[in-house]
Amino acid sequence: MTHRRWFTPWLLAGPAIIWLAVFNLWPAVNTVILSFTNAKPLGGGQFTGLENYGRILDDAQLADALLNSIVFMLVCLPLLTVLPLLLALLVQRKIPGITFFRTAFYTPVIASAVVVALIWGWVLDDRGLVNGLLQQSGLADSPVSFLTDRWLLLFSAIALTAWKGLGYYMVIYLSALANVPGELHEAAAVDGASPFRRFWHVTLPGVRPTMMLISVLISVNALRVFSELYVLSNGQGGPGGRDMSVVMLIQMYSRGFTGHLGYASALSLMLFVITLGPMLLLMRLNRKAA
Amino acid sequence: MTSRRSRRPGGFNTPSPAQTAARYLLLLVVLLLVIGPFLWQLSTSLKGPTEDIYTRTPSFLPEDLTFSNYAKVADTIPVWTYALNSLIVAAICIAGNVIGCTLAGYALARLRFRGARLVFGLFLATLVLPGEVTIVSQYVLVRSLGLADTLAGVALPGALAMLNVLLMRTAFAAVPVELDQAALVDGANVWQRLWHVGLPNVRGMLSVIVIFTFIGAWDDFLWPLIVLNDPQKYTLTVGLQYLNGTFSANPRLIAAGTMIAFLPIVVVFAVCQRFFFKGVEEGAVKG
Repeated sequence: MTHRRWFTPWLLAGPAIIWLAVFNLWPAVNTVILSFTNAKPLGGGQFTGLENYGRILDDAQLADALLNSIVFMLVCLPLLTVLPLLLALLVQRKIPGITFFRTAFYTPVIASAVVVALIWGWVLDDRGLVNGLLQQSGLADSPVSFLTDRWLLLFSAIALTAWKGLGYYMVIYLSALANVPGELHEAAAVDGASPFRRFWHVTLPGVRPTMMLISVLISVNALRVFSELYVLSNGQGGPGGRDMSVVMLIQMYSRGFTGHLGYASALSLMLFVITLGPMLLLMRLNRKAA
Repeated sequence: MTSRRSRRPGGFNTPSPAQTAARYLLLLVVLLLVIGPFLWQLSTSLKGPTEDIYTRTPSFLPEDLTFSNYAKVADTIPVWTYALNSLIVAAICIAGNVIGCTLAGYALARLRFRGARLVFGLFLATLVLPGEVTIVSQYVLVRSLGLADTLAGVALPGALAMLNVLLMRTAFAAVPVELDQAALVDGANVWQRLWHVGLPNVRGMLSVIVIFTFIGAWDDFLWPLIVLNDPQKYTLTVGLQYLNGTFSANPRLIAAGTMIAFLPIVVVFAVCQRFFFKGVEEGAVKG
């Protein structure tokens, strides 16, 4: 389309370009610069070469955090690729009241992670709902320490992440299912294929690209986890700080007198490189499929 | 004759009553798992100080229903100030995104100019960058702007999201070019075309952006936690974690606080959900 003055497009796009440069591109560049300095929250910032990267290599807490990320990812991947698909199949058919169910299943997604973690913190408390039910039914003699044990705390955070994510991935699967041609199902049904076989041979191949995309989203989100672990552990990161995530470490080092913005930046850059892994894998798989 | 086999009674798509009943039963089980924890928290927030909330036989219905916990939580932390702070941040973000992304989206979709491809590519490139990765240097930036520990500092980076620029560009690109050309023949300038031809056709996308910007700003935790120090300036999420950390004694108060943060989101979502699922379905049609 034509416009009379050459600068009209720049005027329109101006604010967005300023935000792009100031709040996106510059911080990305500055993260790299800061990672070679000893910048502190209260000043400082001499060039220190590769010191921060050396520190990454022998940081025991970071090793724990990375282990937590891997466990997080490995447990979330099967749970959140399969359960939301089953849920989407459950709410796919337009039966009376289905909009209510779809909306209700999406509620945990729109709730703040802080709200969800506070609710689950109370549900999983030593004297909370789950422990009450466990003891009443005789499944446990004493309270299970969901929130104070190094591994149970991590698995509690995983459980609530999965619970909160169900509706999100359900909606993505729903739109993928809508694209699976109904005639294929009909044809398979005419040929006498059982519902299970139809699921295996018609539905699954139809949603496979979506499934790969969702796997990448799950992996990247598992690496980015923060609020769930932070709130469940009350900011402490569990016993001995062993339940920290990488982002919790970044937050910890960006504050206060003991903070170290240079090291936090090096950690950020490391996190970025790790998150690129699943994304590149997806691009590769897509290229192969094409 | 052949069609009779494929058309079983009611057609292939119609399940038997037993199947429908099983489906509803499953739906109700999932509903209980999803909504149960929220109801439990709501119930806890309405239980009086004399009622034993730790009882081993959990009761979802408060014995004597009371709203006193909501008054008490306001005595412990300035919860209404926090809600107002969250609202201010959300309002700035909504205004910025609606105006900035509409203008930029229109320019990228409808105007030809040198460098448009480069600008578009850079917007796209930011999407691979998770927000957590640049959060430290964003904090350094906001601090050097003198905005550390202010609500403006919390709101500013998200006041114009790159993803929303791309969404508005897609929305404007879907408006038939002929409409624009007709307006051009009638002598309409860029602003008139944007206002009278473009905007009426992208209202759906704008609603989606408003809803998601509100939810995103209201729910955000990590960024305000880093920017804010002064407990008077906390947003609701940071304030709730502060309550949880300093005042671990009374789950009733924490429950009341959680509900204050959660219920506005539910209302917004319930009112706007038709936009939301319509958007999903339209996306499905376009494939």
